[in-house]
Amino acid sequence: MSQPAINDINIGIATENGSGSASANSILFKSIFKMGIPCSGKNMFPSNIQGLPTWYQVRASEEGYLGRKDVIDVMVIFNDVTAHLDVDKVRAGGLIIYDDSTPLPQGLIRDSLKYIGVPAWNLVREHIKVTQLRAKQRNMVYVGAIAKLFGIPLQIVAEVLKDTFSNKQAVIDSNYQCIELGYKHIESTGATQDLCQLEAIPDGNKGKIMTEGNVVAALGAIFGGCSVVAWYPITPSSSLVEEMIARVPDLRKDPSGKNRYAIVQAEDELASAAMVVGAGFSGARAMTATSGPGLSLMQEGIGLGYFVEVPSVYFVIQRGGPSTGLPTRTQQADITMMHQGSHGDTRHLVLIPHDNPSVFEMAWKAFDYADRFQCPVFVMMDLDLGMNLSISGPLQYPDKPMDRGKVLSREDLEAQGGKFKRYLDVDGDGIPYRTLPGTDHPGAAYFARGSGHNVDASYSEDNRVYKALLDRLRKKYETARQFVPPPVIQNGAKTGDGVISFGSSFIPACEALDRMKKAGRPMDHLLLRALPVNGEVRDFISKHEQVFLVEQNRDGQMTQILRDEFPEYAARIHPVLIYDGLPATAGAIVQLIQEGH
Amino acid sequence: MSEPARQIQDPVNRIHLIKKDYEGANSTLCKGCGHDAITASIITAAYEASLDPKRVIKLSGIGCSAKTTNYFMNQSFGFNGIHGRMAAMATGTTMANHTLIPIGVSGDGDTASIGLGNFAHMVRRNLRICYIVEDNGVYGLTKGQFSATADRGSRQKKGGANPWEAIDIAELAIMMGATFVARSFSGDRKQLAPLLEAALNHKGTAVLDVLSPCVTFNDHEGSTKSLKNIRANRDVLHDIDFIPDFDQVTADYPEGTDIHVRMHNAGTITLHKIKDHDPRDRLAALQLLERTRVENKFATGLLYINEDMPDFAEVEQLPDVPLAFMGEEELRPSRQALDAINASLML
Repeated sequence: MSQPAINDINIGIATENGSGSASANSILFKSIFKMGIPCSGKNMFPSNIQGLPTWYQVRASEEGYLGRKDVIDVMVIFNDVTAHLDVDKVRAGGLIIYDDSTPLPQGLIRDSLKYIGVPAWNLVREHIKVTQLRAKQRNMVYVGAIAKLFGIPLQIVAEVLKDTFSNKQAVIDSNYQCIELGYKHIESTGATQDLCQLEAIPDGNKGKIMTEGNVVAALGAIFGGCSVVAWYPITPSSSLVEEMIARVPDLRKDPSGKNRYAIVQAEDELASAAMVVGAGFSGARAMTATSGPGLSLMQEGIGLGYFVEVPSVYFVIQRGGPSTGLPTRTQQADITMMHQGSHGDTRHLVLIPHDNPSVFEMAWKAFDYADRFQCPVFVMMDLDLGMNLSISGPLQYPDKPMDRGKVLSREDLEAQGGKFKRYLDVDGDGIPYRTLPGTDHPGAAYFARGSGHNVDASYSEDNRVYKALLDRLRKKYETARQFVPPPVIQNGAKTGDGVISFGSSFIPACEALDRMKKAGRPMDHLLLRALPVNGEVRDFISKHEQVFLVEQNRDGQMTQILRDEFPEYAARIHPVLIYDGLPATAGAIVQLIQEGH
Repeated sequence: MSEPARQIQDPVNRIHLIKKDYEGANSTLCKGCGHDAITASIITAAYEASLDPKRVIKLSGIGCSAKTTNYFMNQSFGFNGIHGRMAAMATGTTMANHTLIPIGVSGDGDTASIGLGNFAHMVRRNLRICYIVEDNGVYGLTKGQFSATADRGSRQKKGGANPWEAIDIAELAIMMGATFVARSFSGDRKQLAPLLEAALNHKGTAVLDVLSPCVTFNDHEGSTKSLKNIRANRDVLHDIDFIPDFDQVTADYPEGTDIHVRMHNAGTITLHKIKDHDPRDRLAALQLLERTRVENKFATGLLYINEDMPDFAEVEQLPDVPLAFMGEEELRPSRQALDAINASLML
């Protein structure tokens, strides 16, 4: 019998969706978190409400690797439909935990695996009186079994149950009963495993928060002063706005009892974008949240916002495309649509957070960028970042006051004799001054239009005026380039090979680089945090012979953008492409780098 | 924008503006276009209602109609946006600042085709707006295609008859929950101007479907939206007066035949009966429209009104200070609030 690993395990859980397994999985995950062990949870769920196969992976990693892992040590098989596939996902020497209320078919027995049964159905039938609750409660039985097998104290599970179901004592009691049934069954059979023992790390996760990116983005928007939200439900972005709806009554109280926000569920994404642009024009900090198909519908509104120079913020939680694609899987495949969205010559600011603290920071900053540069700003996220629970340091309070940009008040207009040209580049930075409807000065008004216009905002089809406008918009974009978040460079040996990653690819890329280093091939790492890219990205590429750009799409969309930015280095940039809809893994990144080069 | 030169004899309204203060840029539409007549009525109504141009926001989509927001009230902010999205844009501007009075000018393509969904949903939210559809049954700016309000059987200038059923914007608006619905005719300023004045003082969505002949592409024999056909088949429901609060009510009409409706914001609309129609009766309004549809008539006047419904801003409980003018103090929660959130996300 080999020595079990300590706090290093990857547990897959196969269940049926809508069966209550999401609660069971989160109780398990939170229990490991509460033990102080670094851990992550990845939900791989179907676009369905009830009855289709769904999987969850809980990874514990004392070393702090929190990306999805492709090697599965333990599989909980609680769905007969996919059992034949799930058995073969487990590495040799791994463990299967299954419901042995009925015997496992012979075809699922592998010599290389160990099997531990727990009669969950029989236990709930025997102990749970309410028939309708049994299917849900059954999942709690495997939580108890895992707790006993891997060393999660029942006391901790009980505390997590209490935290999760705060004041619903009956729910806490019945769930605990089932967890205890699983725990005691394993205890009574004397079953053990030697893969891993989970050992509490005192203060291991002290000061760490655990939540989902969409929750954090919602908070960031609220702390960023966002007051108008127009949205249309679409997976995987819906939970972002729903979180805002849940939070604003507490965080945005007006002494009058009225609301310091307006959130409208629009009739479609055409309307969402138009509402956001309308609200931005009128001076509110306005946003929407969407995913690929919704972003497609917003393209015309985005072009309007770009050309009329209206601040607006778009949280894009990417999923698998094209078309309906894989709505509940993750991808980074709408980069081009954000960066160059709409018709005509457009270029947009794209902020790219990679973990929850950066989601918060970029969410509030997005509104400052939008106001400062009077343009659409995109916060690029994806399902992995938005919907999976992850642990991180706490959210940091904004370190700068709100920046409303170049807005002229009545007093400003009076000071300049009422003279105001909406689209004049007064400061030479490409950013004009604007006024807000309702400003009590007869010179404040202007007529905004999506058609050609001169510096006075009057209609113009003059070729020189039109070209000058396009050039100024480009100039404004170049100004913004110096202000968007710069990349973060890790290691910094600046020799040999480098890796560029961004968004949800960053965490698995860090793990991949550690593995490469251990294997004798160290590489530098650049975390890209925004488009347009600024100077340090060029330096990084110029100083490395090969640069591997990790992205989660088929066509290398970010690679194309960087090759376009730095044509002289185009041949050095090698895309590392992961696009099967599951969160990127260190294993896949290492393999693709090695295979390719 | 500079203020127009004043002549000493120019009459002023209650806020000391002359009518010229409500004018805009010169129209670039075809000579004789019905839309220009509507623009003139808007200027008259805004002047008569003593509307503060600084409190008005003009919105439009795309098409000939959309251009007209530039032809009145150049001291007001305007936003000529994208095709079919004006209703949604107006919803957005209202979310940001509900203290402004939106005047939306749309066309039949903008409202009844590409923007039908957004129009219907703006209406059901009862957004405060004076929403004018300059309805000519034809796409002018793309040179003469049928629109969705073209009547079945109406003939195209160089082509056949329209085989499809027309969308009645007024009827649709009533069904979607509009609280002020009128139909009028660009050539009838006497009717249109007071309707507009009332609409500007309405709490909620006021939809005015204004028949406005396209003199270039839809004014020929066989077109039901020609000037001649509209004039011949107009069914005027009532003479209309709008009495602002600061004017004395003068009754020149026989007692008992008038309907007075007090507008939520200011003033009273008075309807002097010509045809039997009570616009406070929603079912009667729908029946009237169904009947005139069969008779190939255009019933003009105030079709439906309900001043008692809460509007969008009220339902959304928007605060007295517009969201657009709130700053860090009002919008950014405290450091303590974030500390509490962080603590709640720790286990």
